[in-house]
Amino acid sequence: MSPHPATLDCVPAPVITATSLVKKYKDFAAVDGLDFEVAPGESFGLLGPNGAGKSTTMRMVGAVSTRTSGTLSILGLDPDQHGPEIRSRLGVVPQQDNLDTELRARDNLIVYGRYFGLPRKQVEKRADELLAFAQLEDRAKAKVDDLSGGMKRRLTIARALINDPRILLLDEPTTGLDPQARHILWDRLFRLKEQGTTLVLTTHYMDEAEQLCDRLIVVDKGKIMAEGSPAELIRKHSSREVLEVRFGSDRNAVVAEQLHGSGERIEVLPDRILVYSDNGEAELERITSAGLQPMTSLVRRSSLEDVFLRLTGRSLIE
Amino acid sequence: MTATTTAPARTGGLRGLYAGNARAVVGRGLLATRSTNYWVVLSGFFEPVFYLLSLGIGLGSFVGTVGTTAGGEVSYAAFIAPALLAVSAMNGAIYDSTWNVFFKMNFGKLYNGMLATSLGPLDVALGEISLALLRGAAYATGFMIVMQLLGLNLSWTAILALPAIVIIAFGFASLGMAITSYMKTFQQMDWIQFFMLPMFLFSATFYPITVYPEPIQWIIQALPLWHGVELVRGLTTGALSLALLGHLLYYVVMIAIGLVFTTRRLRALFLD
Repeated sequence: MSPHPATLDCVPAPVITATSLVKKYKDFAAVDGLDFEVAPGESFGLLGPNGAGKSTTMRMVGAVSTRTSGTLSILGLDPDQHGPEIRSRLGVVPQQDNLDTELRARDNLIVYGRYFGLPRKQVEKRADELLAFAQLEDRAKAKVDDLSGGMKRRLTIARALINDPRILLLDEPTTGLDPQARHILWDRLFRLKEQGTTLVLTTHYMDEAEQLCDRLIVVDKGKIMAEGSPAELIRKHSSREVLEVRFGSDRNAVVAEQLHGSGERIEVLPDRILVYSDNGEAELERITSAGLQPMTSLVRRSSLEDVFLRLTGRSLIE
Repeated sequence: MTATTTAPARTGGLRGLYAGNARAVVGRGLLATRSTNYWVVLSGFFEPVFYLLSLGIGLGSFVGTVGTTAGGEVSYAAFIAPALLAVSAMNGAIYDSTWNVFFKMNFGKLYNGMLATSLGPLDVALGEISLALLRGAAYATGFMIVMQLLGLNLSWTAILALPAIVIIAFGFASLGMAITSYMKTFQQMDWIQFFMLPMFLFSATFYPITVYPEPIQWIIQALPLWHGVELVRGLTTGALSLALLGHLLYYVVMIAIGLVFTTRRLRALFLD
């Protein structure tokens, strides 16, 4: 028996490897040299504003878009060569629901399973399990158009799981949902994560990234700005706390001059000033004792939003 | 490992294009048909029947007999009935492969979903075309029964018109979907309609092609419906000739061209 390096036994091969991944549309590079790896069972996020190249990346990973250059390996296969094989082992939740509106909820799952060439019996059984998982048992016979936005998303996720995928790709899974529907969805996704499903998701919501991602890359204009776990990124690129003060739209800029030197750094936004510090309360005290009276003030923990602001000088949601 | 390698071109052949699972697409279509409006479906069948009754029986009583390409004389109703049979196959095939495909493609996002699975573009094309073909064949079979009841099938070879109309429907479905896959707006879809009506009226449907001056005949003979009309008319009136094989070949080419372009277009649209 030939001796194996220890690492081969301990570290499983990544399920996704991208190196210098580029996608160009004419002269415009939507994805401009991404390098990342996703380990099996990992929950990996792409965080960035609209137009950052997240969806394009997801389409390439989903083997429905060919790359312009670079290498990409999904489950050890090249999507340009083995598109169908790769797609048969992926679950895809696209940004816009594309449920089959001519079919009822349960039929959507069954028909989708048949697209993978799975036997009818097996697909029917799995469809019932997934309807239960998606908390849609009582809507099995419902028309798609009669479902709420949150239910449609859950049905789309159930549909994506019909082929028991190795990797689940979620493009903006909760965009457009109300807070309650988002929490239900997060709960379902968290269960999948606990069961060991590899999740790859894009989002422009920092709270979503913090809830669901073990590790993420911050993407802007097709390039990676930073990489790490949410906590690491915050530790590395932001202070522990943030003080938000508002002096009114006209005065913010003027006051900001006087605030220079406060905290580790300050960030002036049109509607408010952010003071980054490890002790927000202390900063607030110093500001008020200097005779500046903010209209409102708020001390909070740093979030990925702050990381993004720091890295790009722009907000995630514009 | 090289740092940057250009993505290789897709390998040739059917790899990545066809998963051999077009039946899943057909199955989906049949299931979806349950929720469609049956009156709309039936209207497509009745249209040629009404033409047959009003023109063939009604107007036909003033016309008498008409000469076929093969040289025989048949009643006016027996002359136009096979043409309307071909039209009915065409209507069914075109209905499904144009408007229905247009909606699925542009509004239902159906093909995006299908092509995110292990299905290939050829599976989708074949499945959708088969579905359109089935509708065309169903209309035509119904029409064939009407013809039989009215005594308009003049020869035993009329039974061969059944497989012939399946091929005609296949041809129109295939080309219809190919053309539709390039259409982006409703206006462009109206062009198809604009083309279909004159083709229906002038393809030697209601009178022999010999009424036209020769250059016009060439144009008619270049269009698909004329070949369908001549093929079916030959079979139902029993006027067999080698020309029928030529008409058949026209449809085989039409099917092939439609499939190739549909598959290419679906790949360009959804797997780029």
